[in-house]
Amino acid sequence: MTFFHQDVPLSWYLLLSALLFSLGVVGFLIKRNLITVFMSIELMLNAVNLSFVTFAYQWHAVKGQIFVFFVMVVAAAEAAVGLAIIIAVFRARATLSVDRIDLMKL
Amino acid sequence: MHLILFFVFAGFCLAGAVNLLLQTHPINSALSLIVVMTSLAVLYLLLGAEFLAAAQIIVYAGAVMVLFTFVVMLLNAGREERTLGSQAATRIGFPSVVALLAMLATIILHTRGLLAAHLGTGLVPATSAVDNSNLTLLSTVLFHELLLPFEVTSVLILIAILGAVALARPGHGEGTAAK
Amino acid sequence: MNESLHLWLIPLLPFVGFLLNGIFGSRLPKRAVTAISLLAPLGSLLLVLNAVAASVISAPQTCAQCGSATTSVVFPYAETVGHWISLGALNVDFNLVLDQLSLVMLLVITGVGFLIHIYSVGYMSHEEGYARYFSFLNLFLFFMTVLVLAGNVLLMFVGWEGVGLASYLLIGFYFNKTSAANAGKKAFIVNRIGDFGFLIGIFLLLANFGTLTFAEIAAKFVNSPFRLVMGPNRVLTFAHAAPLPSAGVLTAICLCLLLGAAGKSAQLPLYIWLPDAMEGPTPVSALIHAATMVTAGVYLLARTHVLFDHAPKALALVGIVGAVTAIFAATIALVQNDIKRVLAYSTISQLGYMFLACGVSAYAAGIFHLVTHAFFKALLFLAAGSVIHAMGGEQDLRKMGGLRKKLPVTFWTMTIAVFTIAGFPPLAAFFSKDAILYAAFTHGASGKILWFAGLVTALLTSFYMFRLWYLAFWGNPRTEHRHHHATPLSMLAPLIILAALSICGGWVGIEHFAAYLTPSTGKLQSVVAEANQPLELGLTLLALAVAVIGWYIAYLFYRLKPERPAQLAAALPAAHQVLVNKYYVDEFYGAIFVKPLFAISKYVLGGLELVLTGAAWLLAGIASFSGAILQRWQSGNLRSYAAWLALGAAAVLLFVLLQGTGFSFASVLRH
Repeated sequence: MTFFHQDVPLSWYLLLSALLFSLGVVGFLIKRNLITVFMSIELMLNAVNLSFVTFAYQWHAVKGQIFVFFVMVVAAAEAAVGLAIIIAVFRARATLSVDRIDLMKL
Repeated sequence: MHLILFFVFAGFCLAGAVNLLLQTHPINSALSLIVVMTSLAVLYLLLGAEFLAAAQIIVYAGAVMVLFTFVVMLLNAGREERTLGSQAATRIGFPSVVALLAMLATIILHTRGLLAAHLGTGLVPATSAVDNSNLTLLSTVLFHELLLPFEVTSVLILIAILGAVALARPGHGEGTAAK
Repeated sequence: MNESLHLWLIPLLPFVGFLLNGIFGSRLPKRAVTAISLLAPLGSLLLVLNAVAASVISAPQTCAQCGSATTSVVFPYAETVGHWISLGALNVDFNLVLDQLSLVMLLVITGVGFLIHIYSVGYMSHEEGYARYFSFLNLFLFFMTVLVLAGNVLLMFVGWEGVGLASYLLIGFYFNKTSAANAGKKAFIVNRIGDFGFLIGIFLLLANFGTLTFAEIAAKFVNSPFRLVMGPNRVLTFAHAAPLPSAGVLTAICLCLLLGAAGKSAQLPLYIWLPDAMEGPTPVSALIHAATMVTAGVYLLARTHVLFDHAPKALALVGIVGAVTAIFAATIALVQNDIKRVLAYSTISQLGYMFLACGVSAYAAGIFHLVTHAFFKALLFLAAGSVIHAMGGEQDLRKMGGLRKKLPVTFWTMTIAVFTIAGFPPLAAFFSKDAILYAAFTHGASGKILWFAGLVTALLTSFYMFRLWYLAFWGNPRTEHRHHHATPLSMLAPLIILAALSICGGWVGIEHFAAYLTPSTGKLQSVVAEANQPLELGLTLLALAVAVIGWYIAYLFYRLKPERPAQLAAALPAAHQVLVNKYYVDEFYGAIFVKPLFAISKYVLGGLELVLTGAAWLLAGIASFSGAILQRWQSGNLRSYAAWLALGAAAVLLFVLLQGTGFSFASVLRH
């Protein structure tokens, strides 16, 4: 095969997944806006999804892909509820800065 | 072909992720995330998960991120202010992440027996000659063995909807807005 | 074959009375309480009388092979109620044994006890705590009968401790009075010291004899190289008799037992609790501190006489302790002004006589005196109670007088008792005291010294008892006595009965008494050597003369010339002060033992408190300090939480890498 028709080693996919995950954690740590933090979480989830699909290819197990399916469903539900919570918090605190939202009592 | 595709779209992924971190306005971050998700969909295709690629676009990029965008616009969250960051986060968090990444990389690079993804060889049902597509295989397993979890997730979504509606209603959680 | 005597019922009935009155007494009407508490000793008394009858009435039909000259019950009669301890070499059961000695003791305990119960009905009728009083009294009866019926030393010790407990409860009956509460404590603690000696004695017995049963201990002293033993499978076999413990060990055991007996029977140096015990109600003083509990020491000596007979040094000490205590207490009684204190010291003195008797191996004489003493001392105390009752609670002799006309029955019964204790014939104590003095005199050279001490004590006894008699009943009333109401029949009847017993109690004679008791207490040597009739007559007349002299001196000092006592006290002020302050023994003990103990315990307690407070402070300090530090972790800051999460995740991953999967950095480096 030519250079560009080579097969991509699966380890590269996994590395990409690890990188994306780390970037997600970093984002979680350094971002101040609550919504952006939430988005970093979504990024982490996607990274994990990628690694699941990779391994599904590796072991030829469709259950890996089914798991990704379920992760997507749950992530969607989580996003919905989480954003609703953010809206509620914004109504109470009038701020979306993570550092300012540090009390349980609204 | 495979390699180019991989490099391009992996690059898009990383660029989008980095951009998410670097942007100050949340709407920009949201758009970067959409880029990431779409690139990931392509990568799924490269790995032979066609259904998931489609689902990724439809669900993630098309629904979840739109939801994010709506909320950003609803709340009219502006650019982030430059306030003092959390020292614990930077001092403890960064080294931890670096360590985490390092360990994962080490594991990945030293795992032996990993295959190589060949375009076009996805997961297809082995037995059926007529309808051998990834979707068939996936749905066969999903609706036979894992029917119960499937139904449960639908209930889950229902509950999530209800919860979201209840939480986000005006009049709920109206505490003192002054802080 | 013995018919069953149901010995176990004898202690059980008072115990049931104790439980019923103790638990329900405050809710029952007074008549019910009285009925329960009187039925219990009556039941025991009837059982004892049944035992007497069974042992006396010949019943050849119950044992065809035994021949015609046998009774329904043959002594010693043993009954095992149940298993107690079975631990290697230590095998102790609840076995009750009835023999002549314990039967005599039981008659005294249940008989006099029953009379005092009846007396208490009248005496305590206006006191609060009526039911409590009777429940404790029944408890005392239970423990005393257990003590006397016990077939082994350990069960006896149970009864021993129990009567001490009952004594404490009853002395401190008026617990609101500080002096009464203190007296109860003092009695219990001093008894404890004696009990310590008793316990050491028990341990030594167990170690050296391997058994605690009286019968088995006595059997070891039977002189034969071979003896029958019960082997396995209950087969009798001949076996070599184990060598006896050495004389030194036997002396040690006997000294320990003597310490216990001295504590319980209020001999030197542990007598100090008995005068203070007069804080209790008078019937209690009569029952416990005159007739029964304090005689437990004498009973112990008689029960273990085989040991003492083989340890002559200890036996000599018993005699010395008895004689010295007798004189000592009699001298103190000369100047006491509280009527009950006089009687208390008199009790100590008379117990000294009993110890003296045991010290010259005349155990039967000691027991004889124990029986007669129970009669007249109980009578003295009950009559004194009647006097105090009529005087409205006044106990000071100097304030009494002229009661002869006001309380006739009390006067006549007390007169009989006073003449008895002084030793006039044909009253009871004449015979018993005489037996003791004769036994002492014929016991060799040291015996004569003891005899002399006993004679002097008789003189002093006669003197102070008549002093009491004159001060209380004769002359003009020194205070206007407040007579609330006539003495009830329940108080008078026991006085009369006891007076009758004091009169005829000694008529059985020491020869027959000792002969009856021989199987339990060994032969009475002084009676055996009967050839010395003239000597005995001479000693008797001497004792009688001494009693008359004492009477005359008392008459002189307290009737003819009442100013004489004060003159004598003024002439010998130092001696008088020493006697009035009871030789300062209490103060001496206080300085030597009590104060240092208090100081040490305060010191130790203070140190303990310091340690405990310090420990508590330390724990609290640790908790709050670490809390203050850890509190900073809960900042509410989302990002720091996330950072710690990430750190934790990295750590876990590292751990798993290194430990779990076999992946190691070494293999990484090899690549």
